Amino acid sequence: MNNAIVSARGVRKSFGSVEVLKGIDLDLFEGQVMCLLGPSGSGKSTFLRCINHLESVTEGVLTVHGQLVGYRNRRGRLYESSEAEICRDREDIGMVFQHFNLFPHMTVLENLTVGPVAVRGRSRKASVARATELLDQVGLADKLKAYPRQLSGGQQQRVAIARALAMEPRLMLFDEPTSALDPELVGDVLAVMKNLAADGMTMLVVTHEMGFAREVADSVVFMDGGVVVESGPPAQVLGAPAHERTRAFLSAVL
Amino acid sequence: MTLPGLRSSSDASEVEHGPSLIDLQQMKVIPRRHVWRWIGVAVVLLLVAILVHGFITNPRYQWDVVGNYLFSTAVLSGLVRTLELTAIAMTIAIALGVVLALMRLSRSGVLRLVSGVFIWLFRGTPLLVQLLFWNFISALYPTFSLGIPFFGPDFVSVDANRVIPTFVAAILGLALYESAYMAEIVRAGILSVDRGQFEAAQSLGMRRSLLMRKIVLPQAMRMIIPPTGNETIGMLKFSSLVSVIGLPELLNSVQLIYARTFETIPMLIVATIWYLVVTTVLTIGQFFIERHFGRGTQRQSPGSPVAQFLRKAFTFHAAARPGGGS
Repeated sequence: MNNAIVSARGVRKSFGSVEVLKGIDLDLFEGQVMCLLGPSGSGKSTFLRCINHLESVTEGVLTVHGQLVGYRNRRGRLYESSEAEICRDREDIGMVFQHFNLFPHMTVLENLTVGPVAVRGRSRKASVARATELLDQVGLADKLKAYPRQLSGGQQQRVAIARALAMEPRLMLFDEPTSALDPELVGDVLAVMKNLAADGMTMLVVTHEMGFAREVADSVVFMDGGVVVESGPPAQVLGAPAHERTRAFLSAVL
Repeated sequence: MTLPGLRSSSDASEVEHGPSLIDLQQMKVIPRRHVWRWIGVAVVLLLVAILVHGFITNPRYQWDVVGNYLFSTAVLSGLVRTLELTAIAMTIAIALGVVLALMRLSRSGVLRLVSGVFIWLFRGTPLLVQLLFWNFISALYPTFSLGIPFFGPDFVSVDANRVIPTFVAAILGLALYESAYMAEIVRAGILSVDRGQFEAAQSLGMRRSLLMRKIVLPQAMRMIIPPTGNETIGMLKFSSLVSVIGLPELLNSVQLIYARTFETIPMLIVATIWYLVVTTVLTIGQFFIERHFGRGTQRQSPGSPVAQFLRKAFTFHAAARPGGGS
């Protein structure tokens, strides 16, 4: 194995008879930001969800932090991971969803502390201090006691990012984080993500924000029909795409 | 709001076309009269008056007897027994209902099937039949033994009539019957929670048990509580059925009294009054529980139950405040 944070070799995923991923190969290295682009149904969200085992890989090898996802290698045999092992792997992977998925029955502060306290076993005091700090970073220090319903979409998504960061993850997954937002609220969320990238967080971002990809990403992967069509630095993939399919997609979205 | 442009243009023709916009704004508004509504109110009030007059003047209600027995020891101990039955049976039913619902939603086909058959059996037979069954269980299993199943020796063996006295039979009957309904209510509540909540909790590394306890069940509670309130009130009344196996709960207590004194109607009124009192208390309790689990879903508190009742009872112009709804 190489020293990539995420490494995929021939990853396939089927839902029943429908094959959504048809052999994905890619590497994401520490501190890198990778953007996954592509039309809807191209399998980019499914691939993202395989990384923290919300979906299980049907075939191929997917490792995260050098650890096989969903299996443990013991004495030359692959044992399916126990629930505890899967959960432990997920602790190190933050995920941000298109529809925020904040816990509506908890205040913003509780949303940020429930993971560290109940899963990581941190003290409540330390978790509250860290949560306050994170909310300050995303510009919502005054919303500590608010419930998610009382916030705008953009504010909710920034809380969701802070919630994921509260677990001190080593990798952040973003599943179309701005697609459900009003256009004028997108900027705040992207600004938070840019800061995060500047701080050296390893990020895998499924997005339709070409500007973000061009400006922030270290590499861009264009997917279509369950395969990687092309990948490389943003200037190359977005500026001078080699494939007809990529060109057609880019001209449609830009 | 004034509309100067309009006003100046209509100035000249004001005499022929009536008052200007400014004048219209200063006129008094007479609300629409709801003639039929007032007639309806009058008729209903008349009927209520006749009924109340009957309550007071008909001597066969024997209100003095009602008064004498309302707080009598026999009735109060019956009431306490009814409350015990309701509370214990409902607690067991809710706990068992959650377990059955989780089994029903399990990935294991065996657990799903067992839960399904349990619900089918206990929901599919009348409560009265089940109560009688539990009461006569000793005919079916004369002794209960603790030991190794099928071939091993018994460590302890006891007489069934001793471990299942009438009170336990009543609890078993009520709780198992009710748990089948609670299972369906809890299952509906869990299914009503958005998929994204499960995924968000999983991605924080929560195990299934923690995810259920911290994230899913608290949200499902919002859907579970109103029907559970109904079920609790239903249980209070269903508990009167255990009078057939001779347990002195509220109904059985008043039956014992009127069998002796023949004051049937007043004694039934005594029971009715207590059932209504408890139901009222339960309804108020339900309001507070609902408000607790509804946090985060409303932007403002709906106010105390009394305030709500007053608002509902005395709102004649429901649509008077534009945008006040929802």
